[in-house]
Amino acid sequence: MKTTMVQSSKKRLRTRASKNRQGNNQQKSTDAVKKNGSILVAGKKAPNFSLNSTPDQKVSLTDFRGQPVILAFYPADWSPVCTDQLSLYAEVMPEFKKHNAELLAISVDNIWSHLAFSKDRKLNFPVLADFEPKGTVSRKYGAFKEKIGEAARALFVIDDKGVIRWSHLSPDGVNPGADGILLALENLNRNQPVVQG
Amino acid sequence: MAATKTVPRRTTGKTRLETVEEEPETTRLVVPVDPGGDHIQGPLAASLTLVEYGDYQCPYCGAAYPEVKKIQKQLGSKLRFVFRNFPLSRIHEHALNAAETAEAANAQGKFWDMHDFLYEHQDTLGDPGVALGFAKKLGLDIQKFQHDLSQHTHQSRIKEDFNGGVRSGVNGTPTFYVNGLRHEGAATARELVKALEAPK
Repeated sequence: MKTTMVQSSKKRLRTRASKNRQGNNQQKSTDAVKKNGSILVAGKKAPNFSLNSTPDQKVSLTDFRGQPVILAFYPADWSPVCTDQLSLYAEVMPEFKKHNAELLAISVDNIWSHLAFSKDRKLNFPVLADFEPKGTVSRKYGAFKEKIGEAARALFVIDDKGVIRWSHLSPDGVNPGADGILLALENLNRNQPVVQG
Repeated sequence: MAATKTVPRRTTGKTRLETVEEEPETTRLVVPVDPGGDHIQGPLAASLTLVEYGDYQCPYCGAAYPEVKKIQKQLGSKLRFVFRNFPLSRIHEHALNAAETAEAANAQGKFWDMHDFLYEHQDTLGDPGVALGFAKKLGLDIQKFQHDLSQHTHQSRIKEDFNGGVRSGVNGTPTFYVNGLRHEGAATARELVKALEAPK
C-alpha cells in the first residue's frame, strides 16, 4: 500500500485556514433558527435568570451583558452523551474565547452533583443548577421536557445586547458538537436581526 | 424531512427574519483532504475516502483501530485513509503527548509506524520511555525526536487538525467521515465498508 507522509508547513496552515472559511460559507445559515419544537428562537430577548454555580455563588445572564453568551442546556450530569458534549466544549473554549463569548451549561441537577461532575470532567466554565424550583429557567427557554423532568439538549447563542441570535435543539442522544455555535458566533457581527417581542 | 427555518434575509440594510423550508443539513467535512499536509494511507486518487478524527488515548479509538485495518485490507487500493488529530486532552491526560509523539515521528517519515504502535500500546501511553524505545527501534534521530516533544514543535498542527474537526462537526472520538460525510453508524469495519461502498 502506498503511504504518503508529509510534514506540516506554514503554507499548509494558510491553505487549510482559507479552505476552512470557504467551507463555512458554504454551510446554510444557522444564524436564526426556527421552530425547533418549542425552544425560543432567534430574535427573541433572552429571559434573564440567576442560578447557583457554587453553593454560595449565583450567576445571572445580565452579568455578561456586553459580550456573547452561549447557553448549553443538557439533560443530566454523568450521562455519556452530555459528558462528551461538555468535555468537547471545554476543549473548544479557546475558540469561544476568541469571540469573547462566555459559556454557561445548565441542567436540573443539584449543585453538589454539578461540582463533582465539573471536577471530574475538568470543565472550565460555570455549570448552573436549575434545581429549585426545578426547571424554571429551562422552561423559560422552552427547553424543559415535562414528562421526564429534565432539560432538553438545547443550545442558544445570545448577543452582547441579550438577544437570542441562534438556537438549536438536538435529540437527547445526539451530541450537537460545537460547529453550530462557532458559526453563530461568527455570524453575530454579520447579520443584525430585528428584535421581536 | 424538510425542516422549517427562520433565516435572515438582507433587505435595505436591515436583516429581517423569514421562515423557509430547508432540507436537513448533512454534516460535512469542511477541511478537504490535503495531499500536501494530511497523513494519508492508500493511493491519493483512490475512489473511496475514509477520514478519522482520533485520540490516541480514547478507548473507542483503540477499538476502531483494528476495524480500520480490516477495512484497508478489504478495500485495498480503492481506499485512501486519512488520520487527523483530535486529542481530548482534558479528559485524556496523555492524548496530546501521544499525538505529538506521532507527529515527531512524522517529521522523520515514520508517522504510520508510530501511529500504529501507539494504538497497539494504548495502556503504556503514560510512560514516555515506551514510545522512545520504539523511536530508537525505528532508527529515528532521537535528539531531534526529543527536541520536537520538549519544544512542542507540532502542537500547532495538532490544534489545527482539532479546530478543523470541530468545524466539521466532530463531536467525540473517533468520528469518521465517509467520502466527505460524517458517518453516523457504528465504528465497525462492516458498517464503514457498507457506507463507503454505498452508491454516491
